Amino acid sequence: MGTLGRAGLAAAAGRARTLGMEGERPASQALSSGLPAGGADGDSPGDGAPLPGSSGSSTLLQAEVLDLDEDEDDLEVFSKDASLMDMNSFSPMMPTSPLSMINQVKFEDEPDLKDLFITVDEPESHVTTVETFITYRIVTKTSRGEFDSSEFEVRRRYQDFLWLKGKLEEAHPTLIIPPLPEKFIVKGMVERFNDDFIETRRKALQKFLNRIADHPTLTFNEDFKVFLTAQTWELSSHKKQGPGLLSRMGQTVRAVALSMRGVKSRPEEFMEMNNFIEMFSQKINLIDKISQRIYKEEREYFDEMKEYGPVHILWSATEEDLVDTLKGVASCIDRCCKATEKRMSGLSEALLPVVHEYVLYSEMLMGVMKRRDQIQAELDSKVEALTSKKADTDLLTEEIGKLEDKVECANNALKADWERWKQNMENDIKSAFTDMAEENIHYYEQCLATWESFLTSQTDLHLEEASEDKP
Amino acid sequence: MEQAPPDPERQLQPAPLEPLGHPDGGLETVVGEEVEGARDESPGDGTVRRRGGRGPGACVGAYNRNLMLFLFRSVEHIDGQSVLTDSLWRRYSEFELLRNYLLVYYPHIVVPPLPEKRAEFVWHKLSADNMDPDFVERRRIGLENFLLRVASHPILCRDKIFYLFLTQEGNWKETVNETGFQLKADSRLKALNATFRVKNPDKRFTELKHYSDELQSVISHLLRVRARVADRLYGVYKVHGNYGRVFSEWSAIEKEMGDGLQSAGHHMDVYASSIDDILEDEEHYADQLKEYLFYAEALRAVCRKHELMQYDLEMAAQDLASRKQQCEELATGTVRTFSLKGMTTKLFGQETPEQREARIKVLEEQINEGEQQLKSKNLEGREFVKNAWADIERFKEQKNRDLKEALISYAVMQISMCKKGIQVWTNAKECFSKM
Repeated sequence: MGTLGRAGLAAAAGRARTLGMEGERPASQALSSGLPAGGADGDSPGDGAPLPGSSGSSTLLQAEVLDLDEDEDDLEVFSKDASLMDMNSFSPMMPTSPLSMINQVKFEDEPDLKDLFITVDEPESHVTTVETFITYRIVTKTSRGEFDSSEFEVRRRYQDFLWLKGKLEEAHPTLIIPPLPEKFIVKGMVERFNDDFIETRRKALQKFLNRIADHPTLTFNEDFKVFLTAQTWELSSHKKQGPGLLSRMGQTVRAVALSMRGVKSRPEEFMEMNNFIEMFSQKINLIDKISQRIYKEEREYFDEMKEYGPVHILWSATEEDLVDTLKGVASCIDRCCKATEKRMSGLSEALLPVVHEYVLYSEMLMGVMKRRDQIQAELDSKVEALTSKKADTDLLTEEIGKLEDKVECANNALKADWERWKQNMENDIKSAFTDMAEENIHYYEQCLATWESFLTSQTDLHLEEASEDKP
Repeated sequence: MEQAPPDPERQLQPAPLEPLGHPDGGLETVVGEEVEGARDESPGDGTVRRRGGRGPGACVGAYNRNLMLFLFRSVEHIDGQSVLTDSLWRRYSEFELLRNYLLVYYPHIVVPPLPEKRAEFVWHKLSADNMDPDFVERRRIGLENFLLRVASHPILCRDKIFYLFLTQEGNWKETVNETGFQLKADSRLKALNATFRVKNPDKRFTELKHYSDELQSVISHLLRVRARVADRLYGVYKVHGNYGRVFSEWSAIEKEMGDGLQSAGHHMDVYASSIDDILEDEEHYADQLKEYLFYAEALRAVCRKHELMQYDLEMAAQDLASRKQQCEELATGTVRTFSLKGMTTKLFGQETPEQREARIKVLEEQINEGEQQLKSKNLEGREFVKNAWADIERFKEQKNRDLKEALISYAVMQISMCKKGIQVWTNAKECFSKM
């Protein structure tokens, strides 16, 4: 995989290819220009992120994780086979393609330990006097002791997912929370609830929950458990607990101010991380745009191809001697047309959702950086206050002590999660693109077979005719 | 066995008859006795080589914004010696002149068409500019093809003006114009909208006209759709090129994935640029179809000429019939048809017997003349039909061969494109899997 002796950005010099190929035709130039801001209209995780709660909570959770790792009893329940079987047993209603099934297996960190399986399906429309909204059915199967039962079925709407994400960010400000699909897509959306949109969202929501389930820390979050198990009214009352909206808003303003300061004193490794995130965000957005564009072009190609075959059939009606050849060509074109359709659907299942999720992830990451910077800034401002002897020294020193712990925890949490995230990202990207390549290979192989068999039939016929003509 | 039309006025008999053949033997279509034998042996009567390099080769130079054609041709004498004569230059307009001449002097022949004057059925990346080098090259091939077609036609290849086109540097235009062919050209043919009500149309020609209309319509349709498909295909390939650029930039920040991304990006570039050659090849295929699009017009031209001939014949017969009737009336004194003479006679008095005799005599002379003319017109008509159908049969065979070959070559192109695609994506997949 990687080669030795490379250090992050220092490699950029050695790698530089000719950027911005001038010879490119306009079609592609349109894409290359400008830095596309993330096309998502979803929530930016950095907004309104409340200050983290008790400083001890993150360390507590980490301790729980450690405990579980050592607890053999829970592990023994599952062999690898069983876990896979479980997944299959509840998936009949899930319209999974083989490719996305593979993806599901892949985003497990440790397949042997997977003990929480979640599906999102059955979108239903609800109409009230005030609004119309969609709920999704969430089915959870688990063997964990802390769950009262082994199977749960609840209905949730997008708002609930937003709430969950907010709670997770609150509880773990420097962990990389999985992204939610966008609230809505601005361009090209005539109706908010068209089928494609709902299906895309459903898949993304499922991914979201499963990513949380696979995260070593987040999976044990209490709100997450409530989300998966509580009935609708129970969830409503649970939501009402916790800091109110107004207090959260007040914290936001302070948070923004603080995060500005945090950037200046960012440690080296986080500077690197930040640079990576910025660059990555840029690139993944471009890739998202390119991939969407390819899909669009393929669709338009498909539309034109649909008309191409029939023209040959039309022609064959006036040419007695060329009927076979013309009809043969027509049928080849039609089959290639079908192969194109398949390629398109493969692309939209394997590549597009993955790339898009990482677009959202990149925004998420920027939020995480901000929050880390905030925590750091809090410490820095107290330290500054101490040195300028503005307030009570003893109190400050105590606070600083706590904050230093907090900063250390936050940084460590982020560092660990960062490594994990990067690993997942590399795997996901790799498999998504490999799948895309596979789709294309398959497409061309199909088309090749079609045309080759046509050619064989024509040359065989030719030989037949030639031998008939001979006296 | 095809014969030149009997009318001595219409066929220039070249004095030293130099049959034109192709030294490489692909076109054994030397006229006359050898034709039948050659047909059986050679791979295809009138096989046309698509690219330059052999035979009446041509290369193009651009000179003073006019398209000049630079000709090489070799003339094979009857005794088998091959002589490479001087090369000369011809403009597109001279090709047009040649063709117009052939159309007039060989009305019963399906005269090979010229390539398009302006680029049509263009898809967006293909230039519609007549000075674009790709267009110029394709036109060169088209003109070469035209010459090969004429050279391999059993009758046309014998024509002296054609021979001079290939050999006479200066004054060729004057020579052509001296034949006075423009005067011979029936101006009625130019009136595209004119319809001639023919009482007894030849069914075969009517069907042929119908066929040529359909051929033209379906090939146009096909070329239009093909151009749109090409456009879209171009888009799909080229957008992938962007992956190349972005992967490369991305690889700069990736420790693990960097190499894989970089090399995968390279393959995306290869993929994106491969479409240019693919579509260029397809353009040549489109040109092959276009030739038959224009051939449809040539077919229709033969039908029209026949129509005109038939019309003239019927008019002549009608004239004759009415004169005969007039004569009869004068002779018998009965007036069955209205005539001005008859009216004036009624009004101003009978004419004298001498006058009547004179008139009858004139009429009888005219009738004689008319009968002669009708006879020869009939003969002409029958000859025309016979020769035309012979050439049409020849044309049909050529068309079936050529179109089948073209369609097969299209399949070959698709196969090659698929193989390239498999290659590139297999390479890319390998790079991705190494990331």
